[in-house]
Amino acid sequence: MVEKREASTEVVTPIRLDPSFRHEIMAVHGGETLKACFQCGTCTSTCPIARFSAYYRPRQIMQMTQLGMRSRVLSSETLWLCAACFTCTDRCPQGVEVASVLRVLRNLAVKEGFSPAAYKGLASNVLGTGYAYEITKPRLRKREELGLPPLPNANLKDVAKLAGVTGFSKVIGT
Amino acid sequence: MPELEYLFFLGCVIPYRVPSYEISARKICERLGIGLVEMPEFNCCGLPLDPINHEMMLALAARNLCLAEQQGLQIMTICNGCAGTLRKVNKNLKEDRGLRERVNGYLKEIGMEFKGTTEVKHFIQVLVEDIGFEKVKEIVQKPFNKLKVAQHYGCHLLRPSKEVEFDDPEDPKVLKALIEVTGAKCLDYMDETQCCGATISGINSEIPLQLTREKLNHIKEAGAQALITICPSCHLMYDVNQPRIERRFGEKFDFPVLHYPQLLALAAGISPEELAFNEHKVDVSGKMVLFC
Repeated sequence: MVEKREASTEVVTPIRLDPSFRHEIMAVHGGETLKACFQCGTCTSTCPIARFSAYYRPRQIMQMTQLGMRSRVLSSETLWLCAACFTCTDRCPQGVEVASVLRVLRNLAVKEGFSPAAYKGLASNVLGTGYAYEITKPRLRKREELGLPPLPNANLKDVAKLAGVTGFSKVIGT
Repeated sequence: MPELEYLFFLGCVIPYRVPSYEISARKICERLGIGLVEMPEFNCCGLPLDPINHEMMLALAARNLCLAEQQGLQIMTICNGCAGTLRKVNKNLKEDRGLRERVNGYLKEIGMEFKGTTEVKHFIQVLVEDIGFEKVKEIVQKPFNKLKVAQHYGCHLLRPSKEVEFDDPEDPKVLKALIEVTGAKCLDYMDETQCCGATISGINSEIPLQLTREKLNHIKEAGAQALITICPSCHLMYDVNQPRIERRFGEKFDFPVLHYPQLLALAAGISPEELAFNEHKVDVSGKMVLFC
């Protein structure tokens, strides 16, 4: 993915705000601490990804969420740049679990149809094999050659049942 | 029967691409008398799916924890992602009744129930908490006397610290101390705890390369001769991706990256041939300082 600038150039177009958006996020486990953010920017200044990205700014996502910029936040490609290193969460002076709020936003984005291809691949690997990465036959043979014990087959029935009951199957459309 | 026995949780990245880590960790466990029981029918720890659906992550992690409970054993894993996820979920399920009831609702579908009777530890945590530095030191037969290395801890064994509860996330010391047990000197360097960026590789391949390149430069500037890791994803970034970093930035690193158990195994006098260095992208065999 090449980073694209997302800000609109039509500065006169009023942005549609959804005042209920932040409540929707804060109602989900992991999203509660959003309300404590006072925009100090510790998250962005401490973020390893923000150092090398021209557009990914966790503080900005926090503020846009607080303001209710629902569709802009959920459709944003930068939402997917958090590496989940949790440095922001550990360092936030207000105790905002920034990475968890971002996870809540991502989960909601997926529900609304915005899921990056890379994650669709991971999801189908887990459902198809029990593992997040495709462990090919040559890899399994190699394990034997290297004297490693065989890899157990995952219980795919269990995985499928859990996918059903957690709503995972539904959000990824299987 | 060994005194200490764990259910060995492999996760996905290790069988997918990093056999050298598994091989060397098994050798060290054998040497230290740590019994490893293969985990039957385990599945992905859940972490990679957290961004898509948190509930599925919880359910997958909880299923693995239930398997350990059924066996009456604690889990040991050599992957930071798995360790962090399973530790976090285990702690939260034990402490949060509402969460436990919800997740047990999912587990009911597969005839399981989380009871809260197991613990999860990363390999280095087992070394320091259950074996102890003194015993680890006892297996060192050929201590390094000239080797200077740098550590890369990886994120998920340290953060979020409130939930993972291990070592000091701002100034981690356990791995450093374990490295120094081998006689090697562990150097400080700039931005030591900075993330390798592996988790966003599927979304943006450029930023992780920049992060890893910057770290390799900091490590070289500090005067280290090798990088020591304890996470398979970090190994992929610094070792397997190193030729890509070199091509992308037109710089030459040729910088050896070792799993901690490989370093300890060399110091324990285990032959390099037994440690699968030929599985690494960056040649290790020619780096004489590692073998004397």
